[in-house]
Amino acid sequence: MGILLNILYFIAFIVAAMAAGWLFRAIVIAISPRAIAKEMRTAPLTASFGLLMILLYTLVAIFAPWIAPFPETEIVGREFQVWDDVNWLGTDALGRDMLTRMIYGARNTVGIAFATTALAFVLGSILGLLAATVGGWMDQSLSRSVDVLMAIPSLIFSLLLLTIFGTSVLTLIIVIAIIDSTRVFRLARSVSVTIVVMDYIEAAKLRGEGKWHLITREILPNALAPLVAEFGLRFCFVFLAISALSFLGLGIQPPTADWGSMVKENATLITFGDITPLLPAGAIALLTVSVNFVVDWQLHRASGLKE
Amino acid sequence: MSHIWSMIAQRLALGLLTLFIVSVLIFLATELLPGDFAEEILGQSATPETVAAIRRELGLDQPMVTRYFQWLGGAVQGDFGNSLANRRPVAELIGTRLGNTLFLALYAAAIAVPLSLALGILVALFRNSAFDRIANASALTAISFPEFFVAYILILWFAGAGGYFPSLSTLRGDPDLLEKLYRAFLPALTLTLVVTAHMMRMTRAAIINLLASPYIEMARLKGMNPMRVIVKHALPNALAPIINVIAINLAYLITGVVVVEVVFVYPGLGQLMVDSVASRDMPVVQAVALIFAAAYVLLNLLADVLSTLSNPRLIHRR
Repeated sequence: MGILLNILYFIAFIVAAMAAGWLFRAIVIAISPRAIAKEMRTAPLTASFGLLMILLYTLVAIFAPWIAPFPETEIVGREFQVWDDVNWLGTDALGRDMLTRMIYGARNTVGIAFATTALAFVLGSILGLLAATVGGWMDQSLSRSVDVLMAIPSLIFSLLLLTIFGTSVLTLIIVIAIIDSTRVFRLARSVSVTIVVMDYIEAAKLRGEGKWHLITREILPNALAPLVAEFGLRFCFVFLAISALSFLGLGIQPPTADWGSMVKENATLITFGDITPLLPAGAIALLTVSVNFVVDWQLHRASGLKE
Repeated sequence: MSHIWSMIAQRLALGLLTLFIVSVLIFLATELLPGDFAEEILGQSATPETVAAIRRELGLDQPMVTRYFQWLGGAVQGDFGNSLANRRPVAELIGTRLGNTLFLALYAAAIAVPLSLALGILVALFRNSAFDRIANASALTAISFPEFFVAYILILWFAGAGGYFPSLSTLRGDPDLLEKLYRAFLPALTLTLVVTAHMMRMTRAAIINLLASPYIEMARLKGMNPMRVIVKHALPNALAPIINVIAINLAYLITGVVVVEVVFVYPGLGQLMVDSVASRDMPVVQAVALIFAAAYVLLNLLADVLSTLSNPRLIHRR
């Protein structure tokens, strides 16, 4: 019976999500300029739902201190209080307001994941473009080192590096960014290798353009589209990796509110049938699903795949 | 026939080289430790004499290259030194846990591989139908879920008060095989759900890629039924990418066990590694990382060899 009821809730949730996606798409088409409206018309319901969710998460992350009913680390009651009209989602293992922690978690977890992905991208694409442009020994040495780094599973490698450098937010960002930049490097290099051999690059070289100018002005604009699509996917991987590490107690450290560690701290409630600890995990899942839906739509459009 | 063997030997040599470089990297990690390793262990009670004694005991007074080959020589024979946390030999800590982790990974693979192949073929058969759309959207959703979310949902549904399965898979009291399968069911199911989605999507993509080729059209025009077209004509040619995806996912299983083991308190290598990272027990972390990396490299190697063997065009190269 319990499972049947769950399935019913699930179906209701899907229907509500699709309705929200449809409404959001209709509103965006109505109010935005023609070019954007034309783009939006091609969006399937899943993608417009994804866009809506990404927008909501961003707003919550930016305005967290104004939305949250209590300060981030204040103890407002007993431990593990049930849901009531003061603490809407109850309290956690130390008696802090769950809803407040969820809202601040959007800022901390998503913010850190975003910063890490951005760093990984800057690092990976600069090195990748450099390897493709300079070629020769530079390309060889960078590519072979990336091969070696990629031969170690990323979770294991990050655990190894975190043992050495200790667990703090800064080391977390740097370690994950370096590990993920190897994947970005691969893509950036393979995309720009095909661009470098084109005639207009030859012409630019003959004009006497320097390496830096060549990379930023001639190659990067043509390599940008696949890199942007990859950014969405990479963000999902980084976000999941950071959440997993936080869940294991090795990522973002308390008392900073963070979704991964919130699941771990309150996990005991699940065996009593209380779903509160699943909310932060669900928040992680919802954001990754949303980003994936949007990326899927963009990739589908870019490749022109029909089947 | 001989060039197949030389191909395999070549790949194996390359794999061993990779493994060697990875081991150097894992060893060098210790050298990066800020400050002196011996002082780190002793903490407050570090006097020049005790530090010197510890350094001698750990062999830190030897040159780095000597220590590397001593470590590697020991590791090859199954001797990884002593744990810093409780002074027991690392090999003893790893022993049964390695078996448990392999058991869990194989258990999950035994469910996931047939399931995802069957689903992938079905979805390719009914492509662009409602079934395909739903399967695709749920696969995309499952890929984006963190493992612990899936694990706790399963606990919520199947364990807890009046549940069918235990929520903790401690394997205490030396259970027999049937009992072990029963207790490890939820962790294995979690891993299955996480990898099945990816394998199914790739199987579908590999088959659908082929369906546009002329020889498939010919088979269709002969009036062959669609299931037979896919299983008999498309599948053999899609084998190489499918084998690759399976191997990548098995390699993922080896490391994906870490989070799942922690959720279900399953006594495997992953849990040992997480505990050792928290206490900064370097010899244990090194040993476990080396084992995981070796499994990963070997599985990728296996995929490479098998997908080459499955493609006659790659074997009989002109």
